[in-house]
This record gives sequence, C-alpha cells and structure tokens, in this order.
Amino acid sequence: MNTHVKITQSEPADLSRRSFLVGSAAAGLALGYSAVPGLLGADQAFAAAGNFDPSVWYSIAPDGLVTITCGKADMGQHIASTMAQIISEELGSNWKDMRVQLASNDPKFNDPVLGAQITGGSWSTMMNFDAMSRAGAAGRMALTEAAAASMGVPASELTVKDSVISHAKSKKSMSFADIVKSGKATKTFTPDELKAIKLKTPDQYTMIGVSVPQLDIPSKTNGTAKYGIDVMLPGMVYGKIVMPPVRYGATVKSVDDSAAKKVPGFIKAVTLDDKTATTTGWVVAVANTYANAKKAADALKVTYDNGPNAKLSSESLLDEAKRLQKLDDSGLFFVKDGDTAAALGTAAKVLEAEYTTSINIHAPLEPMNATAEQKGDIWHIYSGNQFATRSGAIAAGAAGVDPKFVVMHQMWLGGGFGRRLDADMMVPAVQAAKAVGKPVKVIYSREDDMTMDFSRPLTFQKIKAGLDADGKLVAMNHDVVSAWPTKRWGIPDFLSPSVDKKGALDAFTVNGADFFYSVPNHNVRAILNEMAHNATPSGQLRSVAPGWTFWAVESMIDELANAAGKDPAQFRIALLDGKGKNDGGAQRLRNTLLAAMGMAGYGTKALPKGEGMGVACVSSQERATASWTACVAHVAVEPSGEVKVKKLTVATDVGTQVHPDNIRAQVEGAALWGLSLAMYEKATLKNGGIEQTNFDTYTPLRMSQVPEVAVSVIANGEKATGVGEPAVTVVAPALGNAIFNACGARVRSLPITAEAVKGAMKA
Amino acid sequence: MSVDAAGDTPLLWVIREQLQMTGTKFGCGAGLCGACTVHLNGEAVRSCQTSVSDAAGKKITTIEGLSAKGDHPLQKAWIAEQVPQCGYCQSGQIMQAASLLSKNSNPTKEEVVAAMDGNLCRCMTYSRIQKAIMRAAADMRTASNAGDRRPT
Repeated sequence: MNTHVKITQSEPADLSRRSFLVGSAAAGLALGYSAVPGLLGADQAFAAAGNFDPSVWYSIAPDGLVTITCGKADMGQHIASTMAQIISEELGSNWKDMRVQLASNDPKFNDPVLGAQITGGSWSTMMNFDAMSRAGAAGRMALTEAAAASMGVPASELTVKDSVISHAKSKKSMSFADIVKSGKATKTFTPDELKAIKLKTPDQYTMIGVSVPQLDIPSKTNGTAKYGIDVMLPGMVYGKIVMPPVRYGATVKSVDDSAAKKVPGFIKAVTLDDKTATTTGWVVAVANTYANAKKAADALKVTYDNGPNAKLSSESLLDEAKRLQKLDDSGLFFVKDGDTAAALGTAAKVLEAEYTTSINIHAPLEPMNATAEQKGDIWHIYSGNQFATRSGAIAAGAAGVDPKFVVMHQMWLGGGFGRRLDADMMVPAVQAAKAVGKPVKVIYSREDDMTMDFSRPLTFQKIKAGLDADGKLVAMNHDVVSAWPTKRWGIPDFLSPSVDKKGALDAFTVNGADFFYSVPNHNVRAILNEMAHNATPSGQLRSVAPGWTFWAVESMIDELANAAGKDPAQFRIALLDGKGKNDGGAQRLRNTLLAAMGMAGYGTKALPKGEGMGVACVSSQERATASWTACVAHVAVEPSGEVKVKKLTVATDVGTQVHPDNIRAQVEGAALWGLSLAMYEKATLKNGGIEQTNFDTYTPLRMSQVPEVAVSVIANGEKATGVGEPAVTVVAPALGNAIFNACGARVRSLPITAEAVKGAMKA
Repeated sequence: MSVDAAGDTPLLWVIREQLQMTGTKFGCGAGLCGACTVHLNGEAVRSCQTSVSDAAGKKITTIEGLSAKGDHPLQKAWIAEQVPQCGYCQSGQIMQAASLLSKNSNPTKEEVVAAMDGNLCRCMTYSRIQKAIMRAAADMRTASNAGDRRPT
C-alpha cells in the first residue's frame, strides 16, 4: 500500500456514539477536533464534512482527570499511553492526571489518516501524531481562553504547565479542574482553525521524548487488566469450537450429540452457517461452563466433507509456487524499472537463487475469543480486535443484521501481531448466542487457535541478479509467490494497481522488495499462489511482507557482494547512493547501517574460527512508511551446523522518539520475534490441516534462547516512524549472512536448521 | 472458600469462572506456556493441569492474592522495569518468579532462566523479566536484612 487508503463508511454506528457521549463526556469537558463544550452540535456538523470523521479523543472531568479514548488496538505496544503522551505534550497536562480508555467501533474514532479502525503496519504513531497534537493544543487554547476570562488577564500572558494555568504577573492560577468546573471553556475550532494551530517545535517538547510510566502497566502486574477472555456478562454461557480436520473448505455433514447430551451443563451444538465465508465446517458446543463446553465438544461426533483442499500439503503449495514462478505471464508488476532482460543479457556475472519461508503461526498468548450478546436490536461484541471496522461487519454478517446494529467493545489484547485483524471469532460467538438466546463467550483452545490461524503464508521467491565487470549491481528480477492475505479481506482499496496498470496486486506480499538500493534495471512480480490462498487463508503477521521479502533481498545482496569480492556492508553502502527516487531514505538507511556496524565492532577485529558477523538493512514496512533499521548478527557455528547466536546489534532510525524506553522494548521484542521466526518457528500443512497444535510442536523463543541484544535508536528530528515491526524483518537475513561469514554455508530457507547449515557447508 | 464443581474440572476454570478472578490466564491448556501459574501451598503449579479435587484443602494463591495492594517486590519491580507489553503472560510470570524467590532469594541468572523457561512470553519481554526478578530479589534481601519482613 503505497498511498494510504480510506475505507468508505456506509453507516455510522449511532447507538454506540450516544452511549459514549453519555458515558464519558457529559460530565466534563470533551475535546476533539471540533473541540469543546457545546461540542455535540459542532461534532455532528463536522461529521457531515466527511474527510476527518468527528473525533472526541479525550475528555477532562471536573476532578481534572484527562481520559483519552484510544481508537487503536493496544496489544502491548502501549499505543493508548503513547496517544495520551502526544496529547499531554500540547495540552500541558500533568502525566499523573492522564487516563486511557479504549474506543468502541464508532466511526468517529476512526484513524484520521486511514479512515477506519485498523491497527497494523506500525502506522499508529506516525498517522496519529499530528491529530493528537492538534487535539491537545486545541484543548490548551480553549482552557487558556476560559482561564483568561476568569482571571481578567490577557490569554497571551498565561502559561500552562502540569494541568495548571498561571499568570506570573498577578500570581493567579487555575487548575484544569477549576476551569472545567467553571463551565467557561466554550471555544470551538473549525477544521481550518485546527489546521492553523501552530504546534510546538521539537525544542519545546517536555513530554515527547520522555519515558513516562506507561499507563497500562500497573494493571498488567496485578491481574486487573481486562482482556477479551475476561469478559463476564450476566447469564453468560460458554462455547467451545469443534474444528474440522482441514484448515479451509470443509462442510459439516452430520452432528451426533447423543454423547454430548450426557455432559452436565450441555445446552446445544450449533453448526455455523457463515455467509461471510470466514470459517468453514465449524460446530460450537455450548454449555454452562467452559470446562463442560470442552467436554461436550469432545463428545460430539461430527462427520465432514473435507472439501477440495483435503489432500494438500506444504510440499504441494511449494511445488505450485515453483510452477507459477516459471510462467512468463504470472503475476503483476510491483516494480518495473529499466530493462532487466537486456541488462541481465549483458551482465558480466549473473546469480540466481530461490528463497523460501514456512507457514508461521501468530499464537498470541491469549487464544482467540469473543463474547456476543443481543440486547434488543443491538449486538454487543466484546473482544480484543485490531480491525473493529471490518470485524463489526463480519459480526453483523454472522447475525444477519446491518452493521449499524453492532457495537464492538474493545478490550486489551493479549497479543495481536496481526492475528486480531481477522474476525473469525465473531462468527461462532454471534451464532451461538443467537441459537441459545443468551450471551455466549467462545474461547478457542490453543489447538483451535493454532490450526485455524490466519497464518503467515508459505512463500517462494526467486531472484536473478546481474553484476557488471566492476562488480556493480545492474539488474534484478525478483518474483514473490505467496497467498495474498489482503485480497482475502475483499476490500478493493487495500489492493494496489500494478505499475503497468494491468491489475490489482496485494502490495502486502511484496513491500520491501521496492528497496532503497539504486538498481537501474529492477523488476518485482507479485504472484498469487491460488492453491495456498484457498487452502491456508493467510493473514498479516508482525511485519508482514518485509518478513520474507528482505529475507530474499538481503540474502541475495550478500551473495552478490561475495561474488563481486566485496565486503557485504561496503557493497550495501555503495548501493545506498541516494540517487533519484531513493534520495533521503537511502542515506538514512546507510547511516543506520553504519551505526549498527559501529556498535557491533564490525570489521574491527578477526573473529575466532567458526564465528562470523553478518549485516542486513531494511526499510520496513512500506516505502512510504519506512523506518530505517539495520542489524549486525554475530554467530558461532559448530561443525554439526548448530548455530549459536552470540549477539544481535540493532540500530533503527525512528525520526522522533515519543517514548525512548518503549521504543527499545518494542525493537528488542521485534528483534527476538525475528530470531524466533528465523530459527524456531515452523508450521506445516498435511492433508489440508496444520500439523502443529500446541507449544510442544510450534515452539516460539523461550528465555533460555535469548541472546544478547543491543539496540541503538537514532532520533534525528524527522517525523515519528513505526517501531513495533521493522526489527522483525532484519534479523533473519543478518543471521543467514553471519552463518555464511562464519562457515561458508548459505542457507536460503526459513527457519534455519542445523541440518540445512551442515548440508550447505563446503566439504 | 468452597465451590461446587466436578472434581476433574481444571482449577484454572474454577478460579476464572466460578470465583471470577480473571488475573490467572488460559494460554495452552497443556502445561506448556505457564500463563495459568498459581501457587498451591506456596508451590508454583499450572492450574490448567491441576484438577480442582487435587487442590481441595490446599492454600491457593493467585495474582490477586500475591499482595494486598499489588505491592509485592516483584510487582513493584515489574513496574520499575516496565516489563509488560501485552501483559497477558505476566500474572503467570510473576507467580512463577515469586515461587522461585520464596526459596532462593539470591538466584543466579542461570537459576532464573531455569525457573522461568517454562513461561512463554510471546511479546518476548524476557530480558526485562530477568532484570525485574533480580531487582526484586535485591529489594527483598535488603528488606530482610533491615529486619523488615515482608509477607510473600
């Protein structure tokens, strides 16, 4: 997605909007784009303007507490706290007065840039920084004007600090609480007035750049944070899913509940009729407790037609990918610069290599769940969800009602990583609640969660690249074959036209392949693997396409450097010349690479035998929304092929850091995700089903596998970029390159195994 | 406290649903992730693998009962080190660590890793978990040396 889309809203969810206003704004001062008291009218007038949906981002209560409403899903990135921090900077509030709450699916909480409620892409800070800053500044101006009137002094002589507005000359002061209680804050802002507000310059910041205590953390140390799975409603019963043996395409032929009926508390078995086609072949056992629902689910005898994908395996998906890649007319062009055929024809040296990645499972620690309750005409859905706009529509589809009748109650997310962009869990909760006439909480078992994941797709990539006589990279053909996760959503705006306008492609499968290296002749083809698309409906997994595109690109760049007889880091620096369209980004990436090299001591001394260092640098997620991230991996490789990761050194240029400590936490977590995907996580398809069912066979990184991680954050004053994902993408290629540096073994398949390393060692 | 549940019901679900204490989390149902860790007579156990009949008559401590005001040295250290990201595993992490520190107030890094390796953190906050445990251990030793005996 190179230009950001707006998703057209058909109907606003009026009912949730009313409950929000009554619930949180009526008693205090509500501040948003249209700002302040009397806001309801202005708010609604603004709603008609369309582009920026009316947004009440925070309210100040008469006790002075400032409660911000976060429209982004908080899955551990502390985005709610970050939004509060950006608002607080301009508002001038005391951090101790800040509180957060999570938004409903009311369109007025839509992302101001994206026009929908969706959390992903490491977009939240960069796309909300300006809106939250202006909301904060508008509040400060409204409060200041009211204080000036109360004090009888010019507003220009007032200063705002720590939730207090002071007049130095007269020594008068009023707290935010005093002003709200006075009821005198009446200033409103038109969109143009908001746009005209002069925001602080970075040298004036007192909050941005400070590692304030995250507002959500205390509740996550004492058991009080409420996740979707923790929702309790009066009269609620529980649902446990019975999954078919294949990931997608099964239909239920018969359900025998005679044994289930003997389970105490069993209520009903519900066969899902999912017109949204999110799920296939599912049955839900409903009972008075989850333990009984599980017993009943185990006792149900369900027969299936396993459908068209029942014989497929990872091998069949890979074979199909290879077949498609060989066809001249496969796929659509994401990049088409120069004439690669001619340049490869005259190149002094041509390299070809194939890179693969396995199916990967999100496996957030909170298994998928949703609670559904019908009250009158309204469906209330409680669930931690990354895409309320779409999930509400899926829930409505499952209920057979218009989306305006669905209110999504957002909860803290026990991990998201892209998994909760999908809405499958809405379907069993809604249909079970409908069937039994009670609120139902459906909880996936870990086995359900793993086998029915919207996984990172199996990918196959082929790169053919040419060097001229001077060892300069002159041409690259890069084919990327995968399932297309975003196409599955059925939202045309999320697809991008190919560069030759011959069709729409899923850029979320090729982002990153449009790198910042200067390569005069460069083609990238995005090729849909329809077989994989149907058999393993894929999703967005933390860092999305750059998680595989940079694996191929950054491995190949190393192979090319080696073929040219050049140091891999210096080879990259030469390619990052900042010419033409790469101006700006290339230089930032080069600087980041140099920073990582410096921190790691790259090239400063000879390493012991069997040890090596490898570099990689990435512009994840998308060209238009890149952070600049580089990694130096230091490994030791045993003759057996066993790889010990000694250290990961990661440097990242994030422009402006809102919360330095959080950035370090996110970058470290992302780097360890990268390591986990590179070495420890692999899922496989067999007979149409995912073979791994729990953490015994699908094995994310544990504490004993954590290497030393050094993180350097570069904040050069450019706009804030995303931090939650980019470091995921840089680790695998840096490791592969380090392994090559250590022992001459080139691995091209993720995850990296000792067998593959040993097999690739030169005899 | 008494509950009415089938004897084979996992303790986890009795705690969460019948007692409505939701700080103890469901993660895997197989004793592989540690999210459901509670103390049974002071020992860390996986409540998804403990039947309610096995817990009968024993002292059960959950995250809600670890300290009166969320101020166990580990909880304070978790805040000081800003450990949680999504936070879902952290109740289990803290309960596992509390069991370790109750027996070993001065663990080495290796002992911490050995004690904590069964607790998955999908956000990968492992290094902060380690730091927080070391900080809490140091705080507890200081308090203990000062004669200020803290309840654990």
